Amino acid sequence: METTQTFKFGLDSFGDIPVDDDGKLMSHAGAIRQVVEEAILADKLGVDVIALGEHHRHDFSISSPETVLAGIATRTKNIKLASGVTVLSSDDPVRVFERFATLDALSNGRAQIILGRGSFTESFPLFGYELRDYELLFEEKVELMAQVLKEKPVTWTGTTRHALAGAEIYPKTESGRIHTSIGVGGSPQSVIRAAKYGFPLMLAVIGGSPERFIPYIELYKQAGEQFGTDTSEIGIHSPGFIADTDEEAVEIAWPNHKINFDRIGSTRGWPPMKREHFDEEVAKYSLYIGSPETVAQKMAKTIKALGVNRFDLVYGGGPMPAKARLHMIELYATKVIPRVKELLAESDGISGKTK
Amino acid sequence: MAKQNKNLTIVGAGKLGIVLAQLALKAGYTVYVSGSGSPDKIRLSVEVLAPGAHALTLADATKRSDIIVLALPLGKYQSVPKDMLAGKLVVDAMNYWWEVDGDRDDLRNPETSTSELVQSYFDTSRVVKALSHMGYHHLLDETRPVGAPNRKAIAIAGDNAADNQVVAQLINDLGFDPLHIGQLSAGRWLEPGHEAFGANVDSDTLASYLHDLPPSYAAAVT
Repeated sequence: METTQTFKFGLDSFGDIPVDDDGKLMSHAGAIRQVVEEAILADKLGVDVIALGEHHRHDFSISSPETVLAGIATRTKNIKLASGVTVLSSDDPVRVFERFATLDALSNGRAQIILGRGSFTESFPLFGYELRDYELLFEEKVELMAQVLKEKPVTWTGTTRHALAGAEIYPKTESGRIHTSIGVGGSPQSVIRAAKYGFPLMLAVIGGSPERFIPYIELYKQAGEQFGTDTSEIGIHSPGFIADTDEEAVEIAWPNHKINFDRIGSTRGWPPMKREHFDEEVAKYSLYIGSPETVAQKMAKTIKALGVNRFDLVYGGGPMPAKARLHMIELYATKVIPRVKELLAESDGISGKTK
Repeated sequence: MAKQNKNLTIVGAGKLGIVLAQLALKAGYTVYVSGSGSPDKIRLSVEVLAPGAHALTLADATKRSDIIVLALPLGKYQSVPKDMLAGKLVVDAMNYWWEVDGDRDDLRNPETSTSELVQSYFDTSRVVKALSHMGYHHLLDETRPVGAPNRKAIAIAGDNAADNQVVAQLINDLGFDPLHIGQLSAGRWLEPGHEAFGANVDSDTLASYLHDLPPSYAAAVT
């Protein structure tokens, strides 16, 4: 029981632009308000956390997650409010802290940060950073961020930002610490970096078998032992969609997933997605698409295999009907989460693993 | 057929380098991995993720095997001193990925494949392009024994038939069907922006993705 009580279930959105009841694409502003409504529903139904990603592109409405989260903060009670991710490489750790500390105040301590390098790069030219520096930028800024989060005077020097000498950063939070994780996509160095600073790990598993991350979790833990840091909190973030039946879920998700994938792929040199690859990903790998029972079984299998203590489902990829997204959230909260808890409780070995 | 050398050196300890090390270990190879700096930086990753592989300096690792797989960001290929690879068979598993490499005019040459750029830099090595088109997670998930149904294919582009054969054996050992597509210049058809990029399919399907490869590129290699 201990596991199911401490386990966190999240929903993640990038602010994809949905279509309204008439099949018309919403505006960016409408898409942002839609996410607020979804978060309110998720809060009401007891979802633990909502995480909003930062993008600077036409197809995603959220470029400033913490501003949207601030809107959500004043209309919700319990749900944790996270970024997913904050692209730290092209941001300023001091400003990131200030914004999230403000969110933390507005939400009575519910702010969370997930730091990442991001898999999109539009923010680099936008804010005047060189892509070729991305490794150095992230390394230095994580180091500074780790200091700023201590909420003590900060003294820091580096090459990517001017130095700080005993700087106090405000506002201070009431708890003294904003919950901050690092999101990684499978680069071993990123995993070690998270352990080095003692940040919880969020694994972004957007394709392929989740089991392949088992050695990375081992790497995180062993690195934590070497650095003497806490590595007990590990989460996973994967895309999915839930409808009343498997057929309906696939029918809604497939065209939208394809539009999403192909739009992103065209800038990266991926050929258009083929149906058989989508089906394979749904059947075997990391697309959690189907009826509540199908998705719950798949989530429980992954959670048990990896021994993680947080699962965030990324929802709403592509121009999906807003109604279908809301229904998905309802099914996730009222059917999938209780069923996953049940499946985890049935399984014996799990509580020791995720404690 | 060339005698299979069971040592393999991998330059690059990122996502792709680690997966290739894992596959080669499983296939019974002795594996040497080098990152960009001191082996201390990658030792823990290699020990935990690819137990049994050896983390070495670049100079040390490149001495241990006649086959060297380059699995570092393409933008950094010139950080490997070319003398270290003199006389070696070099497998180019790299792609121009502007999101990592930055916007690089020198890597976006519409006239030649990036593998030809790599070959002209390593002018005392023999470069074969392979293991570049399939995503690293599919490489790990999709290995199958020889003759298994729907065994996935990896394309090979190289100028020397004997070298191509050695790389074909390596690919076969790792768990994939090798598919010879032609000379090194044909490697362009495996790069981002082409249908075969990202391909995780069997040999016949992969061949069908290369339907627009001009016959001159696919001409028999010597």
